[in-house]
Amino acid sequence: MLAKTGPNLKRRRLLAGSAALGAMILVRPAAAAPDELAAAVQAWTGGIKPTPGRVKFDIASLVDNGNAVPITVSVDSAMTAADHVAAIAIFNERNPQRDVARFTLGPRAGRAKVSTRIRLATSQKLTAVAKMSDGSYWSDTVDVVVTLAACIEGES
Amino acid sequence: MRIVLFMLCALLSLAAAAQRMSGTAFMGPSTQAMQRDDSLNPAMLWVKEGETAWRRSDEGNGKSCASCHGDAESAMRGVAARYPAFDAQAGRPVNLGQRINQCRVRQQSAAALPAESDALLGLESYVALQSRGMPAAAPDDARLQPFLERGQARWQQRMGQLNLSCAQCHDQRWGQRLGSSIIPQAHATGYPIYRLEWQAMGSLQRRLRNCLSGVRAALYPAGSLELVELELYLAQRDRGMEMEAPAVRP
Amino acid sequence: MARTLIKLPATARRGEVIEIRTLISHPMETGYRPGADGQVLPRNIIRRFTCRYNGEIVFSAELFPAIAANPNLIFFTVATESGKLTFTWEGDNNFSQTESAEITVTG
Repeated sequence: MLAKTGPNLKRRRLLAGSAALGAMILVRPAAAAPDELAAAVQAWTGGIKPTPGRVKFDIASLVDNGNAVPITVSVDSAMTAADHVAAIAIFNERNPQRDVARFTLGPRAGRAKVSTRIRLATSQKLTAVAKMSDGSYWSDTVDVVVTLAACIEGES
Repeated sequence: MRIVLFMLCALLSLAAAAQRMSGTAFMGPSTQAMQRDDSLNPAMLWVKEGETAWRRSDEGNGKSCASCHGDAESAMRGVAARYPAFDAQAGRPVNLGQRINQCRVRQQSAAALPAESDALLGLESYVALQSRGMPAAAPDDARLQPFLERGQARWQQRMGQLNLSCAQCHDQRWGQRLGSSIIPQAHATGYPIYRLEWQAMGSLQRRLRNCLSGVRAALYPAGSLELVELELYLAQRDRGMEMEAPAVRP
Repeated sequence: MARTLIKLPATARRGEVIEIRTLISHPMETGYRPGADGQVLPRNIIRRFTCRYNGEIVFSAELFPAIAANPNLIFFTVATESGKLTFTWEGDNNFSQTESAEITVTG
């Protein structure tokens, strides 16, 4: 779609740069992404593979714009002093870096539920991991499709 | 000729009226939720700035907006809904941001705020919020007629390397896709908006310039009469639709 | 001073779980994005958020560039006693801002 010839080199570079603004495009072998996601999760858990369950990762399956994607992570827990969520971490597959956020909770939280808005460079998987007070790890994984704005920005 | 044009407009708007849909209808549910809830809408950060600025008296001659207008909630109710409006002194229509700057220069002896600045967008979104929920009410001002006609002509004129007119996408192909995005009807009832693509607040003129950039047309300068005429036509086209400012858009 | 918006109930019953919503204006510049001249803009993000309830940390977050600009955070805490909740955002370029809100806990 971008013209390869044209009098204005600066404008062409500006358009190309602007396309990257929303996309954060990086080229990486396709097979590496899921391995890196798993590695990032296990670096946080200290080598333990989380059990799928108890965690619910709420996100639209098709997002309007990857710049601001609302998410909610909730964990099934009574949140008592004896049994509660100590931390929640969120990891991604295809952004420039794997970490999204890490939350520290505890019994004073009352409810293990956090919402925010995240950036997604492209369609990919995301994993939320919860660390419980008994040392166990639980997780939920979602698959998201990201569409970008159609009209390339350029000067504004 | 003007009567024919008016009747054509009326007929077209009647036909389209049943199908007029705000940009909100074309967004995903989570983006809609972001707009609906003031505790989620990032635009409310700019509204808060505008609310503070409304009472500031540390610039120019020391008058704040409140000095003349009092409470914005009552004084500015319905104002944004009838902009762009004709400015007798300038002899041309002005949009809300330009009107705010005129007040600053003429009444407050303060410097005009730069276009797309947080300060100006703050005031604009705070004032526009006071029309939220009201019907868009572009004025029936005979003085606006020649500007309106030029704005409408510009809406229908093919432009840029891609040789597309606004009407071709937004009147004739709304609901279809451009790339992976659904083409909205291009109603401007939500401006100024927090646009996810910008990751910031912006005015209607910023969006129009983006569209022009998208069809590879030369951009009318920010604040130019050509853009205000387009805004004027859009305001007429939106008449009766619910004001949503400050909205969220992808 | 970044603009902030904080929403929480002014009063609550003892033991009630209350929701706290925060919004702050901040570009959250990722450090991966090229500017108009093609040069990558340096990272400038909020890295840490802490909520203290009468001085004790009840919730905290470590944020990375994947968090959106003008970030919001919604979390919960138990209304244990009347007092002050403080919200601190810290980040690159010595960014630090604290806001507070009072809560009255009955029962």
